[in-house]
Amino acid sequence: MVAGTPDSHRIVITGVGLTAPNGNSLKEFREALLAGRSGVRPYEIRYVGKTLAGVCTFDELRYQKKKDLRRGTRAGSVGIYCANEAIVDAGLDWPNVDKAQVGVYVGVTEHGNVETENEIFELKGFDYDTKYWSHHHNPRTVANNPAGEISLNLGVTGPHYTIGAACAAGNAGLIQGVQMLRLGEVDLALAGGVSESIRTFGIFASFKSQGALASHDDPTKASRPFDVHRNGIVVAEGGCMYVLERYSDARARGAKIYGEIAGYHLNSDASDFVLPNPDRQAECLARALGRARMSPAEVDIVSTHATGTASGDSQECAALRRVFNGSGATRFNNAKSYIGHAMGAAGALELAGNLPAFDDRVCHPTINVDELDPECAIDGLVMNEPREMPRARTILNNSFGMLGINSVLIVSKV
Amino acid sequence: MTTADIREAVLDILSGIAPDEDLSQLKDDVPFREQLELDSMDFLDIVMELRKRYRVQIPEDDYMELRSMDSTVAYLEPLMKDLQKV
Repeated sequence: MVAGTPDSHRIVITGVGLTAPNGNSLKEFREALLAGRSGVRPYEIRYVGKTLAGVCTFDELRYQKKKDLRRGTRAGSVGIYCANEAIVDAGLDWPNVDKAQVGVYVGVTEHGNVETENEIFELKGFDYDTKYWSHHHNPRTVANNPAGEISLNLGVTGPHYTIGAACAAGNAGLIQGVQMLRLGEVDLALAGGVSESIRTFGIFASFKSQGALASHDDPTKASRPFDVHRNGIVVAEGGCMYVLERYSDARARGAKIYGEIAGYHLNSDASDFVLPNPDRQAECLARALGRARMSPAEVDIVSTHATGTASGDSQECAALRRVFNGSGATRFNNAKSYIGHAMGAAGALELAGNLPAFDDRVCHPTINVDELDPECAIDGLVMNEPREMPRARTILNNSFGMLGINSVLIVSKV
Repeated sequence: MTTADIREAVLDILSGIAPDEDLSQLKDDVPFREQLELDSMDFLDIVMELRKRYRVQIPEDDYMELRSMDSTVAYLEPLMKDLQKV
């Protein structure tokens, strides 16, 4: 925490709900990360055909009826599952929480592609006669849909909206929650990110056309950030929602506290549609550290964004080297190597996978590094095997996205 | 299609729209809304499914005819009697 910050401005995480391709709770996800268990599998989607993806298997009917599933979207279902799980985990007396003072802030990389593609596919069977176009199209594709479905499911009458921030969205959702709590707009935030992106053929086809879609004979080896033979992204679905509260409120109700949002920063490259910019990434890192009043050496774990593309991974490593060079105790890891790129959920999920390190002082590795790319050889990169640490008090979470949006979130043990 | 065929077709559409409901006890003379959780979007689904499956076009002014199974079947009979069961 920044010295002198009043408890009412300190924002803490008190609940986590998630679904990842290799786990449907934080406990399962963490176990998979420490055991090196991948969630990537063969997958097939219209027009593209056989490919690979990270696929989630959470119990959709735990918090929804069949009719809700039929009417809503996969992103909505992912969000509903995660938000409910987070509330349970937070130990909130939900029926007595003032729902007008709850905000829902959901990061998304994209939304509406899945539903639009499905509708056009249906319409093809009717010779593109638009009187067969579904009345469900608009409520399914409005940009606030995933957050709105959470508000409908939970009876939240405070604000709900999505934060579109490409693959920086998971962090951006959390940052929005922090800001709204500090502004006093809400007393409780359900914040994080979701992804239904494996259900749109367009995202696979576009990455393939860009030369950035991963392939490998062994699906579990396809997502391989930092390896010299990496060949692109494995698309994944997933979600991770957090309960955020003011420290003063969390302490008053005796809540379990996972950690405190110690700092963050968002900035833009303003240089290219798809290519990352290590100068702006380094600036984002430095500004987040500055806001947290921390030196790089105080960061114990850096959860990298690296997606497994040739240029993206080495550019991020360049930025990290610039900021962390000389702070030898800092460890670096990556969760996309297990689950692929969960898009809007990525940042939120990757942070969650590291939070248990505050208790067990173990840094999960990045897997599938058979031959480290010299351009990605950063001191402290934890490869293939978990590593115990003398200290685990601060996690820094990188999440970057297309159109040049960068986000860095720092979480500290309370 | 016979009257029984049309009832079966409507029931099949309803089972898709209201998958959580037990339709075996449906009372044909009682409005759907009094025995099932259906809202305006669900009624639009009934209209859309009839359009997609049987090419039956129902003008908006006639939507009220779909209030119960009895009224729905009575309304659809002249529109569907010459169709083959699908």
